[in-house]
Amino acid sequence: MSFLEKLGFKKKEERLKEGLEKSRTGLLSKLGKAVIGKDTVDEEVLDELEEVLITSDVGVSTTLKIIRRIEERVKKDKYLNTSELQRILREEIIALLRENDTDKPAEFEAATPAKPHVIMVVGVNGVGKTTTIGKLAWHYKQAGKNVLLGAADTFRAAAVNQLTIWSERAGVPIIQQGQNADPAAVAYDTVAAAKSRGADVVLIDTAGRLHNKKGLMDELSKIKRVMSKIVPEAPHEVLLVLDASTGQNAMQQAKAFTEAVDITGLALTKLDGTAKGGIVIGISSELNVPVKYIGVGEQAADLQVFDRVGFVNALFDKS
Amino acid sequence: MFDDLSSKLQSTFKTLSGQSKITELNIAEAVREIRRALLDADVNYEVAREFTKKVKDQALEQDVLTSVSPGQLFTKIVYDELTQVLGGKQEEIRFATTPPTVILIAGLQGSGKTTFTGKLAKYLKSKGRNPLLAAADVYRPAAVEQLKTLAEQIKVPVYSIEEKDAVRTAREALQFARSNAHDVLIIDTAGRLHVDEKMMAEVSEIKKAVQPNEILFVVDSMTGQDAVNTAREFDKTIDFDGVVLTKLDGDTRGGAALSIRNVVEKPIKFISMGEKLDSLTPFFPDRMAQRILGMGDVISLVEKAQQEFDEKEAKQLQQRITSDKFDLEDFHKQINQIKKMGSLKDLAGMIPGVSQKLKDTEIDDNALDPIEAIINSMTPDERRNPHILNASRKRRIASGSGTSVRAVNDLLKQFSQMKKMMKTMTKMSKMGRAMQGLKNLTGRP
Repeated sequence: MSFLEKLGFKKKEERLKEGLEKSRTGLLSKLGKAVIGKDTVDEEVLDELEEVLITSDVGVSTTLKIIRRIEERVKKDKYLNTSELQRILREEIIALLRENDTDKPAEFEAATPAKPHVIMVVGVNGVGKTTTIGKLAWHYKQAGKNVLLGAADTFRAAAVNQLTIWSERAGVPIIQQGQNADPAAVAYDTVAAAKSRGADVVLIDTAGRLHNKKGLMDELSKIKRVMSKIVPEAPHEVLLVLDASTGQNAMQQAKAFTEAVDITGLALTKLDGTAKGGIVIGISSELNVPVKYIGVGEQAADLQVFDRVGFVNALFDKS
Repeated sequence: MFDDLSSKLQSTFKTLSGQSKITELNIAEAVREIRRALLDADVNYEVAREFTKKVKDQALEQDVLTSVSPGQLFTKIVYDELTQVLGGKQEEIRFATTPPTVILIAGLQGSGKTTFTGKLAKYLKSKGRNPLLAAADVYRPAAVEQLKTLAEQIKVPVYSIEEKDAVRTAREALQFARSNAHDVLIIDTAGRLHVDEKMMAEVSEIKKAVQPNEILFVVDSMTGQDAVNTAREFDKTIDFDGVVLTKLDGDTRGGAALSIRNVVEKPIKFISMGEKLDSLTPFFPDRMAQRILGMGDVISLVEKAQQEFDEKEAKQLQQRITSDKFDLEDFHKQINQIKKMGSLKDLAGMIPGVSQKLKDTEIDDNALDPIEAIINSMTPDERRNPHILNASRKRRIASGSGTSVRAVNDLLKQFSQMKKMMKTMTKMSKMGRAMQGLKNLTGRP
């Protein structure tokens, strides 16, 4: 029995499947309806497919891209049946989701590529940055890593308190200078402390900001810049947190944050609702960044390492 | 993406201009592009399809004015309809006849409930109310502190208890508000997913315990296709009264607004921009429509169509006045144009000097309704030739419009005065122009 099961946690796959239950049944019943009594893929099936993808927030242009590729394969292979369609659809979506970099492992047990390994967490307001950091801290700690948190969201009311509570839950230390402190100074001090204490992983929380506010985005670039004064490569990872219920605006968010701080990975939160987070497919392929984590519940253990095949299978599999 | 939409629309317009009616064929491309614009704006798939279909059916067989192409006209019809659907009736918060007024705030995690609660408290305080906040988000770490910090900035008290019991917090806060002369209680609840049965049961319990006068559903304007499911479930559980759209200071196109409006038919009562607790922004349906259709490009086309529209109508009208053909039908059109411009109070408020005096007087936005009813009760022949209206016709019109013969007479009198005045005015402006011409000729005043 695994550690999690002993604690009463369900296995990873079960949680993910449970979280995606609603979206999966929706998808399947819709695709099912479209293909009843048909052995080949025709216009109507492709129309249904379009609806399925767009209602999953995949977006018009990515949807058209997927459909065009399927149409091409239909043309080539002539008689494509609907079970083949499902297989091809899965393949096409997996292909669009970028593979994770081997030099920046998402797994908590893996050896960190640097010491300290600095992870900066960014995103717009209300996507779940602080909660994600709390969960990441818990996982790294469980995996036996020395973790240090940096409370650089000094703007939102009580954000520092929120992160402090998470640091207590996870049993990891935190560097904080209270609300309204200079966030760049907090980030700098956290990395400095991590270096002198020999921490393995540093997690830097930042204030939520809308990506079209230039001043705030410049501030973010500065927070990133000062960390490299202590550890030249830091931050090694810049994680953009996206809310699964966000629609097409997530693409603009990803572009703007990439421009300001060059994001290296995505974390998709709140996947336990009915939202499908389909926009990550387009973002991952267009900006060439991997999805690293997904959040499927409120508990610390509900943050999971993203698995492309598992994600797409969970969307399409019957069992 | 939008350069694309714009150029596609432009080219469709070019090839199709000169046709006199909107047909399936000559707007097919425009319909497709509009639908795509809606989907790109996160309007729900089903809603976008229904909406474009409805508007298309409405547009088919409409006559096209000379200088407007079918595609342009269609775009304008879409824009008008969108504005209409988004607007509906503008509604304020409903206050209780016996205070305290209880306002319940609910929504998903991270939608901006707590920030909005702070803004609403500040807004109500500025209107002379004495609000109390209840911190019923007992789950998220430091949520209570967040509300307290915000409340401190605006000097509004917060009621909270040690125990993690949201229903009790709400109930006790109501008691506290009653015994401490707070006339408004705003209850901030925890963010919850609409599929979380336990949490949805809790918010329903809170509702039962405090019987709110107003329940506001807070939704992130960046929400995608799922907005429909969320709004529907929340509405099923707590039957909310209004919607608050947050984070509109971002660059999202906010199609969720249309989706929600379509699914639950509840008014959008506030929009929230930015993290500062400044006053809340009223909701403008036309701006939202522009935003959803994709700002600039589509809108400039619409505006162009609109201009040509109005110019043509204005010219026609002038001609009718000068040739003494201005009749009740034109009068009716004028009334409709005024109505299109918005509420009478807002219109009056735009006239310099007037707004101050009008601030405290109530202008009835329905003042034009009986006039319209009277005109609508006339036959086309009567509208074109008001002089044929005898006593029996007037009696029929009065009973048909639910007014009195006197009201009909008043309207006719007003109409003939207006007609006289218009005629004089056009004569004067013509004379003015002649004088101007003379001046130009002599080069001297």
